[in-house]
Amino acid sequence: MSFFKKSPWVIHYDGSSCNGCDIEVLACLTPLYDIERFGIINTGNPKHADVFLITGTINEQNLEVVRNIYNQMPDPKVVAAIGICATSGGIFRECYNVKGGVDTAIPVDIYIPGCAVRPEAIIDGVVAALGVLEKKAAALKTMKASA
Amino acid sequence: MKTALCVVAWVVIAPFLGGLLAGVDRIITARMQSRVGPPLLQPFYDVLKLFGKQGVAVNVFQNYYMVCFLVFVIVTGALFFSGGDILLTIFALAVAGVFFALGAFSPNSPYSNIGAERELLQMMSYEPILIIAAIGMFMVTKSWHVHDIAGFQKPLFVFLPGVFLAFLFVLTIKLRKSPFDLSTSHHGHQELVKGATTEFAGPSLAVIEIAHWYENVLLMGFVYLFFAFNWVVAIPAVLVAYFIEIFIDNTYARLTWHFTLKSSWIVAGVCGVVNIFLIAFLVK
Ligand code: SF4
Repeated sequence: MSFFKKSPWVIHYDGSSCNGCDIEVLACLTPLYDIERFGIINTGNPKHADVFLITGTINEQNLEVVRNIYNQMPDPKVVAAIGICATSGGIFRECYNVKGGVDTAIPVDIYIPGCAVRPEAIIDGVVAALGVLEKKAAALKTMKASA
Repeated sequence: MKTALCVVAWVVIAPFLGGLLAGVDRIITARMQSRVGPPLLQPFYDVLKLFGKQGVAVNVFQNYYMVCFLVFVIVTGALFFSGGDILLTIFALAVAGVFFALGAFSPNSPYSNIGAERELLQMMSYEPILIIAAIGMFMVTKSWHVHDIAGFQKPLFVFLPGVFLAFLFVLTIKLRKSPFDLSTSHHGHQELVKGATTEFAGPSLAVIEIAHWYENVLLMGFVYLFFAFNWVVAIPAVLVAYFIEIFIDNTYARLTWHFTLKSSWIVAGVCGVVNIFLIAFLVK
């Protein structure tokens, strides 16, 4: 039995965006949605996190920051791109400094579309991400066993 | 034989009690913020998950220090619950704290370094009161042994109200709760990130968490001593003390280390030392 599903700790990063999705992610922590019910904690520390929630686009300046956060997270980990900006660049796609969605910087496991994303969709997305996390945890275990 | 039994009971039962305490803490905290909160067993899920994670470490020493921290907390509790010398218990607890600070110094990250420095400052703040509490207990019961203090037939609390108040004050520091969560900020997304525990991932973070559970149960044991004349009074008193801590945790923002150090020494001086002097003159 794996406990990843029961205690997913998240880290949240906001790239170039209008901050709409950013606020919606934080709204998930409020009494109305209360994601701590599912054991989800917003850690703010990549070394403690299992799920990387990313809103907004990747630009030339935050590219390294996002990669750095991702690399500091211990395995198994998943990445969820939240909002249209994060999935493809959205309305900022044509900006001179914008590279595009999050997948231009790091591998993304779950795309959660919406502009802005509703908190329900975010929670739904995180739950889907947990499925991926479980699979990665199992893969890590078999890898360790065979090594 | 009985001593050995007490030690085994402490080693086996304390983490479960500590974990449950942490679970209750999180639920009550959530209710105070009009949220539902996590399931009661959430702290256990967290720790079991952490053991399944990859242990990323900056250097080879840092996890070793944290294991020492856990071991010394367990040793401290074993001394305490087997009825040993209370002064020795307090010193062993200080050693555990030093290992925690060393572990936090080890990875050289700015956040954990600040956390470690603050941990040392916190130790400076609470250590005098712990010693004063031990001295007060000795003066009333005429024994340094936890066994005799717990077996004292009159309520210690009545003799040492000032010391008890001072002890409650530092309990907040020791439980690492707001307003004194200086070394490991309670919520990660703040200026300190996670302070002393920032650089610990996976299994070593789980070890720290378990050590905290042991520590919390040990501290509740200290609170119990003040009411040990009758367990029917003592157990509710311990729970009320913990509830007060949760309440304070939720109603105060973090204070600076200057204030922590100053206020805890003032409280130790005013409540603790005055109480001790009164005891010295009155209880003969
Ligand atoms: S997807 Fe829409 S709401 Fe979200 S950050 Fe982008 S522009 Fe703002």
